[in-house]
Amino acid sequence: MLKRAQALFLRCLGAVLASAAAGVVNAESATRQLNMPQGVTEVSQAAYDIHMIMMWICTVIGVAVFGFMFYVMYAHRKSRGAVAENFHENLLVELLWTIVPAIILIVMAIPATTALLKVYDTKDADIDIKVTGYQWKWQYEYLGEDVKFMSELRTSQDEIYGRESKGEHYLREVTEPLVLPVGKKVRFLITGNDVIHSWWVPDFGVKRDAVPGLFTSAWAKTDKPGTYVGECTELCGSGHAFMPVVVEVKEQAEYDQWLAGKKEAAAVYASTIGKQWTFDELMVQGEAVYNRSCAGCHAVNGEGIPGVFPALKNSVIALGPVVEHLRVVVDGIAGSAMQSFADQLSEVDIAAVIHYERNAWGNNVGDITQPIDVLNYKQAK
Amino acid sequence: MAHGPATLADGWVKYASRWLFTTNHKDIGTLYLWFSFAMFILGGSFAMIIRAELFQPGMQLIKPEFFNQMTTMHGLVMVFGAIMPAFVGLANWLIPMMIGAPDMALPRMNNLSFWILPFAFAILVATLFMEGGGPNFGWTFYAPLSTTYAPDTVNYFIFGVHIMGASSIMGSINIIATIMNMRAPGMTYMKMPMFVWTWLITAFLLVAVMPVLAGAVTMMLMDINFGTSFFDAAGGGDPVLFQHIFWFFGHPEVYIIILPAFGVVSQIIPTFSRKPLFGYSSMVYATASIAFMSFIVWAHHMFTVGMPIAGELYFMYATMLIAVPTGVKVFNWITTMYKGSLTFETPMLFSIAFVILFTFGGFTGLMLSIAAADIQYHDTYFVVAHFHYVMVAGAVFSGTAAVYYWLPKWCGKMYNETMGKVQFWIAFIGFNITFMPQHFLGLAGMPRRYADYGLQFADWNMVSSIGAFMYGAAQILFLFNVVRTITHGKPVDKPEVWEGAEGLEWTVPTPAPYHTFEKPPQVK
Repeated sequence: MLKRAQALFLRCLGAVLASAAAGVVNAESATRQLNMPQGVTEVSQAAYDIHMIMMWICTVIGVAVFGFMFYVMYAHRKSRGAVAENFHENLLVELLWTIVPAIILIVMAIPATTALLKVYDTKDADIDIKVTGYQWKWQYEYLGEDVKFMSELRTSQDEIYGRESKGEHYLREVTEPLVLPVGKKVRFLITGNDVIHSWWVPDFGVKRDAVPGLFTSAWAKTDKPGTYVGECTELCGSGHAFMPVVVEVKEQAEYDQWLAGKKEAAAVYASTIGKQWTFDELMVQGEAVYNRSCAGCHAVNGEGIPGVFPALKNSVIALGPVVEHLRVVVDGIAGSAMQSFADQLSEVDIAAVIHYERNAWGNNVGDITQPIDVLNYKQAK
Repeated sequence: MAHGPATLADGWVKYASRWLFTTNHKDIGTLYLWFSFAMFILGGSFAMIIRAELFQPGMQLIKPEFFNQMTTMHGLVMVFGAIMPAFVGLANWLIPMMIGAPDMALPRMNNLSFWILPFAFAILVATLFMEGGGPNFGWTFYAPLSTTYAPDTVNYFIFGVHIMGASSIMGSINIIATIMNMRAPGMTYMKMPMFVWTWLITAFLLVAVMPVLAGAVTMMLMDINFGTSFFDAAGGGDPVLFQHIFWFFGHPEVYIIILPAFGVVSQIIPTFSRKPLFGYSSMVYATASIAFMSFIVWAHHMFTVGMPIAGELYFMYATMLIAVPTGVKVFNWITTMYKGSLTFETPMLFSIAFVILFTFGGFTGLMLSIAAADIQYHDTYFVVAHFHYVMVAGAVFSGTAAVYYWLPKWCGKMYNETMGKVQFWIAFIGFNITFMPQHFLGLAGMPRRYADYGLQFADWNMVSSIGAFMYGAAQILFLFNVVRTITHGKPVDKPEVWEGAEGLEWTVPTPAPYHTFEKPPQVK
């Protein structure tokens, strides 16, 4: 019976290994990274070094302890005729295996402390960037530069739900990455807007919780241009796995050009805010914004999730006076999951999405909400 | 009822009343053990759903919203429903028999502390079928995700936790009262079996921290329903306060789970080494030191929350220190085996696997204590792997070992050794296939509680899922073996059952009669 079970097990194991191997061949982008990345900053290097020191110390102790244990299991088994001795106390060895590990720990604490001091060295930064976690996206604000934007997942729902094949950068691509210059010390001031998120870029050795109402800080400085991908690492609701961090580190000249472009785009946008949009233009824009920013809770068909998130279809707000609708979207509802979108969406997007909500799914209110109405509402406050 | 227990032959009503109204420590122990096994299967099936969804990248079977409910319920059911009641069940069965007492000190409270548990879990599990779904904020339920942003069913969760807490507090007061007052003449503290010692210490931990948990959920209840702002920065509160309170409960909680497991292993290894436990008194002191330290290290779960560096350094140093008493325990177990006469029956196999895999989890724990490296590990699969090495290979393996070790004493039948060994090897290999790759996933950058992941994590997730199904299958075999033993096992009548077994529980007849030690034994 035992023999047969063993044979069966070996066959299963073979199948498992074969299918795992096949998986590697199929997904070309799959990597076999087993260890922590060394990363590209002083902090990530320090984390890697102390990680390796600890791993080797543990490995050496482990080999010694388990080696002795396996020897005992082999040598002192009854089937080999071992007869039990009766000793059960020895003060000297007890003292030894208390004091020796304690000394090892004290030695370990030295590099551990130095590494941590590096993590906390956030002073004298060249650039300050405010990072705000939203359900389920990141907002980056270049302090003192008047540049601010949202960074959301670009992977489509069709890819996630298997209706389309998954792209190479599945769940590792965003609408607009954070852009940093090489060789500058960047300080991140991290906070949350709704629930707690955590902003992690493994290659920078930066992971800081984004706590609403609190600022935490971290820093990075790298000389290697490139694209670095990270994740949200604090459970933040159903979109937790779908708010990656993508950072592009560029040469200084490219960075300056990018920053100038962002400022110009903001100026162009500001000049068009007074434009009168048509009913259909707003519907098209509104649907896009809705599906990106609202459908996560209120569902694509506007029916919400019963018991958790209210429906917008046939809702009092969507069918009632527009000023109430503005109030909910711009100010949010205190004490609920409905957050303020004043900082998350532009006036055009807010106008479009309100318009869409009032005229989609059979909500045929028929009025038009223009960006200028949103601006007026904001300024009236 | 001083006479024997009602059996099915007395009719259903009598039989059911026996279990409902029982004040017998053995009956209550049995109830706890079956309940915890049922919860273990339930929590395990949640884990199977999680691993099935994570088998491949992309969402195939469930929605992310439900995935979060599964991770949350898996944690809650396993910690509060499976592991804790399993060890309370063992305590009920064994502590009176080990210290020569006729029963627990507070038998009626004993009945109550068990019978409120099914209600607590009925309330908790029922939320899965309610509008809004079950708790979806992780078993650590960080505010404000668990307050402002939680589904309305969070109130059921809060009441469920309150009832579980009440049950645990009653259970532990009962254990403390029993051990302090009902030891047989001559059974001094330093003669108590290690299992009794570890439970005495655990019971004090429980009495100290369950009220803290109750406080945390009550503050949540207030924030959600009565307009307070304990955890809401907009109202002058602080979301990080929640984490401090939670982990002040949570860290001792993980030792509440592991200390009785230490106790079980300290009973089993000497038996199958045919040699007394090495360093008994140092084991007692080590257990007490671990318990004390568990109160002063809680914020090592919060290294990325942005604490001042002084706090971070303190919690790092204190956490590293725990390695010392834990190491002492491991060295003592191995030295107990040294120059013994070893045999490898199923309980011994599980105990040896416990020592190896728990130590492995201890190593990763030591790595996690280094705050600068923890910045990379925190909230990744590395942490998931770490705590499953100490919780599953620790607590669950030791619980399984305990069942095989004492089952012949409980029911007077011997289990099938071959089936036990087959189960062990499937569980051992399945466990390692499941959780070893999760170290790699975490180091390579996969965060925990992710419903979906990038393609670079696909291979190891598939391997991990296959291991999980294997480990799950081993539990079905476990159930089958236990039921088969009870119905068809070979009768045992020797009181000591195992060749090298020491202790009062092995002096009573096998199977243990309904009432034992009505006259206290003399302990030399």
